[in-house]
Amino acid sequence: MGRKYLLGNEAIAHACVESGVNFVSGYPGTPSSEVIDVLRVQPDRSYYIEWSVNEKVAFENALAAAWCGIRSLCTMKHVGLNVAADPLMTSAYTGVTGGLVILSADDPFAHSSQNEQDTRCYAHFARLPCLDPASIQEAHDMIPEAFVLSEELGLPVIFRPTTRICHSKGDVDLGEPAVNIRKGEFHKDPRQYVVIPAHTRVLHKKLNEKQSSIRKQLVERGFNHYQIRGKIALIASGIGATYVQELLPEGISFMKIGAYPIDEEWLGDFVKKHEKVLVIEELAPEVEEVVRQVAGSVPVLGKKNGYAPYEGELSPQAVAAIMEKAGFLPKYPFPKVDPIQNLPPRPPILCAGCLHRSAFFAIKKVFRDAIYPSDIGCYTLGLQLGVVDTTICMGASITVASGISHSGDPHDLVCTIGDSTFLHTGIQGLINAVYNGANITVVILDNRITAMTGHQPNPNTGMTACGVESPPVSLDAICRACGVSFVESADPYDITGMVNILQEAKKRKGVKVIIAKQMCVITARRAGVKRGRYGVDPEICSGCGTCIRFGCPAIEFADEKARINELCSGCTVCAQICPAGAIAREGKK
Amino acid sequence: MSAGYDILIVGIGGQGTILASNILGEACLIEGRTIKGAETHGMAQRGGSVESHIRVNGLFGPLIPPGQADLLISFDLLEALRYSHYLKKDGKMVVNRHLVLPTSVYTQNLVAPTEDEIIAALKKQNLCLLDADKMAEEAGSPLSQNVVMLGAASQTIPLKPESLRAAVRDLVPKKTIEINVKAFEMGREFGRTC
Repeated sequence: MGRKYLLGNEAIAHACVESGVNFVSGYPGTPSSEVIDVLRVQPDRSYYIEWSVNEKVAFENALAAAWCGIRSLCTMKHVGLNVAADPLMTSAYTGVTGGLVILSADDPFAHSSQNEQDTRCYAHFARLPCLDPASIQEAHDMIPEAFVLSEELGLPVIFRPTTRICHSKGDVDLGEPAVNIRKGEFHKDPRQYVVIPAHTRVLHKKLNEKQSSIRKQLVERGFNHYQIRGKIALIASGIGATYVQELLPEGISFMKIGAYPIDEEWLGDFVKKHEKVLVIEELAPEVEEVVRQVAGSVPVLGKKNGYAPYEGELSPQAVAAIMEKAGFLPKYPFPKVDPIQNLPPRPPILCAGCLHRSAFFAIKKVFRDAIYPSDIGCYTLGLQLGVVDTTICMGASITVASGISHSGDPHDLVCTIGDSTFLHTGIQGLINAVYNGANITVVILDNRITAMTGHQPNPNTGMTACGVESPPVSLDAICRACGVSFVESADPYDITGMVNILQEAKKRKGVKVIIAKQMCVITARRAGVKRGRYGVDPEICSGCGTCIRFGCPAIEFADEKARINELCSGCTVCAQICPAGAIAREGKK
Repeated sequence: MSAGYDILIVGIGGQGTILASNILGEACLIEGRTIKGAETHGMAQRGGSVESHIRVNGLFGPLIPPGQADLLISFDLLEALRYSHYLKKDGKMVVNRHLVLPTSVYTQNLVAPTEDEIIAALKKQNLCLLDADKMAEEAGSPLSQNVVMLGAASQTIPLKPESLRAAVRDLVPKKTIEINVKAFEMGREFGRTC
């Protein structure tokens, strides 16, 4: 196939095709989403592929496919593995016959995540092998090996790229797509697939017995390797190992860890040949803990004695600083430079014409002193508008709202949740809130797409991952079936309509649901929707700043007057809220 | 450091930093060079400050350390200032004379430096300032602003102009090839003057 300049996730997707993957499922989550986004648009697809409603569902589907002897891939971000953790833990007992690779992408520094958890800890917990690539090329090359390893061991294999692998780019040597197409076949074997206590006790023992051969195999396959070059040694894993290689001076031994569990005997032999060992890895001290177990009297420097941080991501300069602190002088000094201070920040914001901003505006107008639990999606950016008080994980808006409602806090509760998040893990919370009599208003922000992660379709879109039409679920009918009697739909671009429905909801007790329906402004633009730009009449504008506080990036303010720039999508909301009536569609004043 | 050449492209999500990075990557492949890079994806892209690291002849990690970039290409004046500490002492800056004030300036009443103040601060380094938006419009589409910028920077980048031209042709949407080739040449012509 030759060499290409690819995003890490594109290289991983290609490697799956080279491995003859037969079944792909997953739920979008940064930084993992592009793997399926690339695979689902391949023209001559010979594999089944789906976006599932959540990670647990995706995992169980992929596991079942692997039980049928075919090669399966399941993708998610690190926190998605929490949702899939239930089947994950027991899948190590049942094992697989076809290769099952679980891609769980970690996000050190939480570039786009709610925490910095480390997937390697899950691998350790579940006693499953985990591959941890240090570069895009290695990520690509590891995937076929992961499938083979999974089939040889009869176990799912966890593959853990990080943001700097998934969203980095590089020249990658690609292989040819595989031609071997398997067909799934389920062979009944209750002792393997029905984990009643009598079976599972046996399976647990078998899993434990496999461990030492896993450790040996990972060394034999060359994922973990070393070079003895001196009396002191540096052990690094993942992208950290790549930064170390850039800075490693002569005379320091180097061990690279690319797979877990680590063979303790092999590791111990290496460590004991040195007088001092420094461990560099992102997030949890997974490598360091094993090194400490085998080090004996050899001093180990790492996170546990303050040489390296537990949190954040590594970078060449961060690795250089750790090396200097530990007395492992890096090959190059880094100039000390500081960014210019006090520049106004430019954080991500809701797009011009985003439905969420209008919905938040109406919510704030009606429920001035409410508590606003929210959820995971673009609308978390509503924080900047003061309408997001809590965000913890997918689906935790309705549940947090009902918890606060039952706590005795007298405030109104208005929670916001996107359509994809509602279908992911929101519905159970709604059933529970109705069942237990919470007093909350739920606003489902329904843009019919999973926008934040790159506009993936979901069961509400009316289209599958492959672009095949599918019957869209009815959010209205789901909410009614959960027992909600007040279910109303509104267009968030119609501020008066939104306000009226919210006021109606405010008057009532119990669980009220408002479905705020409007297309994502990005998908609308791609679909060719043109509404025309709006403009401010400077003669009428009083400079009151109401439109500026609305927070739309299309509205600027200079010389005591508002101005609308080329980002305007024509949503009309600023024209509705301008008290002076100074905003109108351009050319129609 | 290495024999590599480190380019940082910065701007605002949606301005086309990723296409610019792809063009540089493709040009490296044409010349048989190695290349490593890193980008901003996901929510951070929504109108936020974005950066693309491109390491021509890169062998190791994708990130350029602060104080090490050979070239900074910025699609916005304020973003040029925000990332100016990435440039090495004798590094070069190619900056679009275009300023979008962040919404935070309006919603939180923050003070932003004026265009003149920013330019004065940037001039402390080797600066090539151009009105890429105007040139892009002349080339046929305001969207070709990123290619104008690459054209101007091509005078400094150690890649052959014919490789960059070929990469532009390969990577821009088919209907816009002529516009983008023109945008590249206009930028390149301007780059001669600075």
